[in-house]
Amino acid sequence: MSKKLLLRDAHVEGIRYLETYRKQGGYGAAEKALKMTPDEILEEVKASGLRGRGGAGFPTGMKWSFLAKPEGVPRHLVVNADESEPGTFKDRYLMEFLPHLLIEGMLISSYCLGSNVSYIYIRGEYSWIPDILEEAIEEARAAGFLGKNILGTGFDCEIYVQRGGGAYICGEETALLESLEGKRGNPRLKPPFPAVKGLWERPTVVNNVESIAAIVPIIDITGAEYAKIGVGRSTGTKLISACGNINKPGVYEIDMTITVEEFIYSDEYCGGIKDGKKLKACIPGGSSVPIVPANLLLKTVNGEPRYMNYESLADGGFATGTMMGSGGFIVLDEDQCVVEHTMTLARFYHHESCGQCTPCREGTGWMHKILKKIENGQGKMEDIDLLWDIQRKIEGNTICPLGDAAAWPVAAAIRHFRDEFEWHVKNPELCLTQNYGLANYADPIPVPSVNS
Amino acid sequence: MSETIAFTPESLAQVHKIIARYPEGRQKSALLPVLHLAQKEFGGWLDVPVMDYVAELLSIKPIEVYEVATFYTMFNMKPVGKYVLEVCRTGPCMVSGSEKILNHIRTKLNIKDGETTADGMFTLKPAECLGACGYAPMMQLGKFFHENLTIEKVDEILDLCREGQLALD
Repeated sequence: MSKKLLLRDAHVEGIRYLETYRKQGGYGAAEKALKMTPDEILEEVKASGLRGRGGAGFPTGMKWSFLAKPEGVPRHLVVNADESEPGTFKDRYLMEFLPHLLIEGMLISSYCLGSNVSYIYIRGEYSWIPDILEEAIEEARAAGFLGKNILGTGFDCEIYVQRGGGAYICGEETALLESLEGKRGNPRLKPPFPAVKGLWERPTVVNNVESIAAIVPIIDITGAEYAKIGVGRSTGTKLISACGNINKPGVYEIDMTITVEEFIYSDEYCGGIKDGKKLKACIPGGSSVPIVPANLLLKTVNGEPRYMNYESLADGGFATGTMMGSGGFIVLDEDQCVVEHTMTLARFYHHESCGQCTPCREGTGWMHKILKKIENGQGKMEDIDLLWDIQRKIEGNTICPLGDAAAWPVAAAIRHFRDEFEWHVKNPELCLTQNYGLANYADPIPVPSVNS
Repeated sequence: MSETIAFTPESLAQVHKIIARYPEGRQKSALLPVLHLAQKEFGGWLDVPVMDYVAELLSIKPIEVYEVATFYTMFNMKPVGKYVLEVCRTGPCMVSGSEKILNHIRTKLNIKDGETTADGMFTLKPAECLGACGYAPMMQLGKFFHENLTIEKVDEILDLCREGQLALD
C-alpha cells in the first residue's frame, strides 16, 4: 500500500469545505510555516527533493531560489492549472476534491516567495472548477488564511482564479503568462526566465497544481521526511492519472517504489487490462512522452523490472525507455492501432500549435496528413521515412517544447512499431477493417507475474 | 460601438470586479474572463460589435480583442446552436470509442463537424482533449462534462436538451 500524502483525505465527505478540511488537520502546515522564515521554508522544499509535477521534473526548491528579489518590485506566484495534455487529469481531481489543499499550498508558497497577489490559471474548459476554488478562497479569507495580516503575521496575500480560453500551449509557462496578461498564448523566448521577468515583467514563479499541493505535506512532515519516501531522486509521492484499456481508470497516488507491472496489473491500481486482453503498449507520462511497447515497458534494457519513477522510466533514453512526464498513463491493448493513435496525437498537436514557429506550425500539420494517409491505406513506404525526417526537423527547432512534444510521439511510434506502419502500407485493403495483431511481433509480450 | 450592446448592470459589476484583480494599468489581463462573460451574455458567440464593446470597456484597441478571441478555441466566431456538443476525440477518448459517439451524433442530427442543426438547437464541435481521459468517451455541454458516454446515454442527453431539461450553467 502506497503512502498517501495528497489524497489521504480525498474520500472524506465534505473535504471540499473548510470546516471538514480543518477537522482533518488542514491549514496546520500553513500555521507552522507562517512561524518560520521564508528562507527556512525554502530550505525545507530543497531538502524534500520535490521535482516539478507538471512534466519537466525540475527541482522546485532550486526553481524558487532563482527568483529575483529587486527592491520595491512585486513578485508573483502563478499556479499552472492549464492541464491539457492528453492522458493527464490529476490536477482536475485535486482542484475538484481538495481545493483547500491547493490554497494552503499557495499560501505557504506565496509567503516563502514574497508574493502578495497569486493567481491560479486554470484551463477554460474546466468551467465548473473556478466556482469550487473561489468558494474555497472565500472560506479561507473569512477564516483569516487570506487577505490582510494573515494570522497576525503582517503577511498579506490574495489569490485570484483566471480561466483560460482553450489552448494547450498555455500550459507552457511563458505562454501562460502571456495569456494571463490578456494576449494570445504565444511562448516567449527564454532568457529572460519568468523568475527574472515574468508576469508584467515582474519576478514570477510558475508551478504546477500538484507541486504546490505537495508543499503542504513537506512542511507538515519536514522536507527530510518527505525525501525518505520514494527512491533516489524520485522523492515523495506522485499522482498518476491512468486511462485507456484498463479495468480501473482513475487518479492514483504512488510512492514511486512500485513496478510498472504492479501498477498496471494489481487490483490496488489499474486492475489489469480490460476484457482480459493483452497489453500492447503504453504512454506513461502524458501524450508527448514516447510510447513504449509492453516488453520494454515492463522490463529495462537489462531485463530488470521497470519502476514507476523518473529514473527507471527514462532508463535507456528515448531509444528504449520513456519518461515520467506529467504522470498521464495511457494504456493500449492488443486491439489498438498504433498508427491511428499516433495520427490522433498528431492532429492534436497540429490543432494546438500556436503557429509562431514554422517547423511546428507547418510540420505538425504535415505529419498529421501523412499519418492520415497511411492509416487510410493510401500511404507509401517512403512516407514513413518522410515522417521520420519531418519529426527530426521539428525537434529542438522551436521556441517552446511543443515542437518536441509533437515530434516525440511520432518518432517513438516509428522506432518501436515500424513494422505496423509498413503493414498499413502493404495491406491497404485491410487498414480500416483489421488491426496489425500481437502475433506479428518478434518480441513476445511477457506474461505478467502479478496475475499469474 | 453599437448602442444596443451593453452588459447588464450585474455583469458590468462583475467586469469591474475582474479588472480589480490586476494592478492599475494592467486591465488588459481581464480580457479572457470578460470575453467568457460576453460570449455567455450575448448569444453564445462574439461578433465584431461585441468585441468592440469589450475593447472599449477595457480601454484597449479592438484588434487586441480580435487577435485574442480568434486564438482560443472556446470563443465562437460565428453563431452556434443553443446546445454546443463538444465531443473529445483525442488519445484516450479515441481509444475508448469517441469516433462511434461522434458518428452517432453526426447521423442522428444530420450535421457535420462544426455545423448547426436547422432548428438552431445543436452545434457539433469535436474537441482536442478536455481532461476527462479516465472517464472517456465524454463531451462537454455548457459548463458541465458528461462522461463514460454510450450511444444510449448520448440519446438521453439529446432528449433532455430538446425538453429543455439539461443544465448548461
